[in-house]
Amino acid sequence: MAVISVRNLKKTYVVGDIQVHALRGVASDVEQGEFLAVTGPSGSGKSTFMHILGCLDRPTSGQYILDGQDVSKMSKDDLAKVRNHRIGFVFQGFNLLSRTSAIENVELPLLYSRDHIKGAERHKRAMASLEIVGLLDRSHHHPNQLSGGQQQRVAIARALINNPSILLADEPTGNLDTRTSIEVMDVFQRLNIERGITILLITHEHDITQYGTRTVAFRDGHIVSDMKNVNRRMAKDELAALPSREAAEAADAAAAASVSAKLAAG
Amino acid sequence: MMRLFMILRVAFKALGRNKLRTALTMLGMIIGVAAVIAMVALGVGAQEGIEASIQSAGTNLITVYAGSFSMGGQRQGAGAAITLSLEDAVAIRDEVSGIQYMSVGVRSQQQVVVSGQNWRTNINGVDIEWPQIRSWPVKYGSFFSQQDVTASARVAVLGLTVATNLFGEDADPSGEIIRVKDQPFKVIGVMTGKGASTSGENLDDSILIPYTTCMKKLMGTQNIQNMTISAASADEVALVKDRVSTVLRMRHRIFPGDTDDFMLFTADEIMAMRTETTRTMTALLSGIAGVSLLVGGIGIMNIMLVSVTERTREIGLRMAIGAKGRDVLLQFLVEAVVLSLVGGGIGIGCGFGLAKVVTQVWEYPTTISPDSIVLAFAFSAVTGIFFGFYPATKAAKLDPIEALRFE
Repeated sequence: MAVISVRNLKKTYVVGDIQVHALRGVASDVEQGEFLAVTGPSGSGKSTFMHILGCLDRPTSGQYILDGQDVSKMSKDDLAKVRNHRIGFVFQGFNLLSRTSAIENVELPLLYSRDHIKGAERHKRAMASLEIVGLLDRSHHHPNQLSGGQQQRVAIARALINNPSILLADEPTGNLDTRTSIEVMDVFQRLNIERGITILLITHEHDITQYGTRTVAFRDGHIVSDMKNVNRRMAKDELAALPSREAAEAADAAAAASVSAKLAAG
Repeated sequence: MMRLFMILRVAFKALGRNKLRTALTMLGMIIGVAAVIAMVALGVGAQEGIEASIQSAGTNLITVYAGSFSMGGQRQGAGAAITLSLEDAVAIRDEVSGIQYMSVGVRSQQQVVVSGQNWRTNINGVDIEWPQIRSWPVKYGSFFSQQDVTASARVAVLGLTVATNLFGEDADPSGEIIRVKDQPFKVIGVMTGKGASTSGENLDDSILIPYTTCMKKLMGTQNIQNMTISAASADEVALVKDRVSTVLRMRHRIFPGDTDDFMLFTADEIMAMRTETTRTMTALLSGIAGVSLLVGGIGIMNIMLVSVTERTREIGLRMAIGAKGRDVLLQFLVEAVVLSLVGGGIGIGCGFGLAKVVTQVWEYPTTISPDSIVLAFAFSAVTGIFFGFYPATKAAKLDPIEALRFE
């Protein structure tokens, strides 16, 4: 069964006297357990598409069925509820609350939950979430005490806390170096493969799209290509092939030392 | 919908992230509320002071002052004109019915000297009925007698403050000699403590001597400055006042329609006047305090607006993960109310302190009224809600997509 099903989705912004057609009739289905990479140049409509799928925005016309429920005509408050319970968000800028521990950041969505969840239960669930992303030992660190990759993993843990049907990631590796990007993609792939969580990921890096099972490309408000990835990249294998972080750092240090030795000699 | 407890926790956390700013914002509320509490305490204290002094002043009192007059364009104070004479006093005594006690009065500021000590104080020349009029008994020794008045004897009864300053705490200086204007006066008694009069002066800081002595030997005058009359009963006060007025107008040949050359007050009138003055002062001070509360409120609004802008991304995130507009509104509103209430609470404490300091340092009586505390607390809550509402609505109306993009 399709988790997401959109039909003839249109979104038109009115800026002054000008109408901007961000989406001009998009139709697509996303099956349970898919890992969809959405790409396209800026202004292609991919962000608008993701905002509508994330229930942050409503389409001007068309239909959006999430988990068998039409959410395209829902009120703002109902959409907030859908975002809270069925969708997990991961952003490029992490968006963690500063001076707030990792575990409290992860607990945050539970504060807005429909049913009142007790402190102990919140803690338990947040710890479980942190365990999934492998940050159990960092639960009381503040964001400024965590590396970029760790911060993004905290953000993923936060997105997972309500057991959402889909995980929406908006350029999640945009602020990260290559190695850390692969680590984060590894987390996404494990969630996708081991837990069957449906993932939609926006990126304009071609490399990153290859970690998904399927790539959808946008241009001028239309889907211009929609293909299964034949040679899916596996982050786990790539990480195994890479020298360990410690080894890489040691190599860097050695290189730096030899440079300074040369400088001193020269 | 978040539970209130959680919202409170979130608010305290948010405020705790920027402690200096939170403290400075609260300062506005603290000063405002402290000012209100202290001012009202001062007002209530003054009011109670007046009531107490009226109670102790003696009952059914009527006071006559010689009128003011102008000298070369300079208007002199009450009692400066020589319009009251001893004959007036005798006439009133003879012609007006309903008078229980009566005393004429003159006063003079003098330096009083005993061996090794001196003190500047009021010398009040009064008649023998003074203790009855003022319901003011003698503590040590006795009051002067009719013979002393007739003979213009140099005898003095000291007020408690004067006795303490010249002879020390609790001393009985009866029989001692004090010197006033180089003349020896024999101390024959000390009055009990009386406190402040209706006009606010310390009655204990005075020396009572026969009016005859004061007029002839200290001041060299033929005229008296005032008369104090006590009516036989409370019902007769107004009547006696009218009769005294009639007698004086006749004797001073004042035609109907012309203004009196004397002034006549009853204790009630003085109390009413003083109460009115105090009330005006309290209203004025409370007004100023209210303005500072307003300024405090504007400070809160200012900071909340800055805070909303600063935390736009946070608001966007909270909305993305499921916060409704209402949740965001409540969060910022509660933050503002916590700011104003905690500020108000501290302000109440500071107000207490301030009132204490005023009492200690300037010896003004102050009374903290429970009303003013409730009022200040309610007012700070209302200030928080009122000034927090606009920033909170602004936050709640943010579009999550725009907010998340905000740099």
